Amino acid sequence: MTRRAWMTLAVLVLLAIVPPAFYLSGNAFYLSLATRLVILAIAAVSLNLILGYGGMVSFGHAAFVGLGAYAVGIPAHHALYGGWDALATNSGWLQIPLAVGITALFALLTGLVCLRTKGVYFIMITMAFAQMIYYLIVSIEEYGGDDGLVIDSRTELWLFDLDKPLQLYALCFLSLLVALGLVRMIVNSRFGMVLQGAKGNPERMASLGFNTYAYRLTAYVISGAMCGYAGALLGNFTTFISPEMMDWHRSGELMFMVILGGAATTIGPVLGAVIFIVLEEILSSYTIYWQLPFGLLLIVTVLFVRGGLAGLLGGRK
Amino acid sequence: MSAVLEIQGLNKSFGGIKATDNLTLTVEQGELHAVIGPNGAGKTTMISQLCGTQVPDSGRVLFKGRDITRLAPHRRAHLGITRSYQITSLIMEMSVLDNVALALQAREGHSFRFLRPARTITHLRERGRDLLTRVGLADKVDHATVALSHGEHRRMELAIALAAEAELMLLDEPMAGLGTQESLEMVALLKGLKGKHSILLIEHDMDAVFALADRISVLVYGHIIATGTPAEIRGNEAVQHAYLGEE
Repeated sequence: MTRRAWMTLAVLVLLAIVPPAFYLSGNAFYLSLATRLVILAIAAVSLNLILGYGGMVSFGHAAFVGLGAYAVGIPAHHALYGGWDALATNSGWLQIPLAVGITALFALLTGLVCLRTKGVYFIMITMAFAQMIYYLIVSIEEYGGDDGLVIDSRTELWLFDLDKPLQLYALCFLSLLVALGLVRMIVNSRFGMVLQGAKGNPERMASLGFNTYAYRLTAYVISGAMCGYAGALLGNFTTFISPEMMDWHRSGELMFMVILGGAATTIGPVLGAVIFIVLEEILSSYTIYWQLPFGLLLIVTVLFVRGGLAGLLGGRK
Repeated sequence: MSAVLEIQGLNKSFGGIKATDNLTLTVEQGELHAVIGPNGAGKTTMISQLCGTQVPDSGRVLFKGRDITRLAPHRRAHLGITRSYQITSLIMEMSVLDNVALALQAREGHSFRFLRPARTITHLRERGRDLLTRVGLADKVDHATVALSHGEHRRMELAIALAAEAELMLLDEPMAGLGTQESLEMVALLKGLKGKHSILLIEHDMDAVFALADRISVLVYGHIIATGTPAEIRGNEAVQHAYLGEE
């Protein structure tokens, strides 16, 4: 095994063991911290598929997280208060496919437009679509608008009881493994080769006969749906959702994780999420200006460390 | 002989500059047709319009009788047109073999295939190795593309153009930046392709052009001023005045 493979394994084993150990020894707080970490890692892994491997710098990925969370919150809200009978349920059989489906659809519709643009325009237009969703949710009184929405009962799933913190963590962690596996499989497949080729040299790919637009759009939809699933988990974790979770700051945080951890590496986004959560926790206890050192760290990484933390710790591929 | 490529009265302007001016040219089946011309004559603009990255203002491009003037680049590739780039245009992040395998993959219909790792698909890898051996890069297949020399990149360009097994190859200055020895080797490689593909060769290297071409067209300010065999072009006064004389 390469050094990088060992590092990947080590990070995942630590994530599997350490947080539950803390919980069992009476430190419930650290499990909760790790749950949030793992959920954000899934979102970052999904962003990495298009940002790292596809060269599409989406500045609107938090919208998928938010939509996924509301796909849990809205059915749960109706299950409690009535109305919208077709939607009113706590069942995971509806909520999870809804979260994945609605975000895939949103990715498809916005991707059709966004992917006509490149570079800075792509960044701005993805952000614009995300802000549209943000303001849409803010304007809907029934779901709390600005104030957010409390999820009174968590998604009911087969095998997992999400009210039990350990089981919730287990589901999130297994989901992360699946997400990592899926992205790895996609990236190494023939589809993935085309995606990476289109990042490296789109004109060449077209002259070879690839309709790069269709491939990028497909990757964008897969990424959006995966991120929507992470949103559904996040809703179940926080049990309180608000438009703030799809604000552009949140999209920026996901980008931060991917770039700091190492874009276009398997474990990079997970490392990025670890650093983000740990630093946020430590720094915010010292100063309310905790984002300043974050920014400096990102600048140093981009300037001096090729391949992010994964490149630094695991060596070049 | 029948025409593979017909360019009819092509025009393209950028602002006030006519890069392509009523350009008419024919490439016959199996022919190696070279286009020469001074810097800024509009050679690369012509290639761009042939492969679809730029759309002409007027005029027509026919491939085997079919109008492809406004066809998207990837569709032209499906019809059997391939190009190489004057400025090396490879996917630097990928290995040498990956680049060629990707070109081979392009010929197998769509690539919406998510399950099997692309690097385990034997026939793509083996055919890729064959092509790289043919251009003399057998010992470089697993190298990172970015680590290769300029001359090796030019050979990769050719291997990728070959991978398409295209009827028509548009080669944009394959000798650009090559040393004397490397140029000779490239000429030998291209000679081996003659007759198997119809080739439109754009080239600055006069020795190469006169050694390879069946016919030569001379492009000056976006307009073809003469077309003929190498001997005819050599003897053409207008050409000597416009171009060869200045060398």
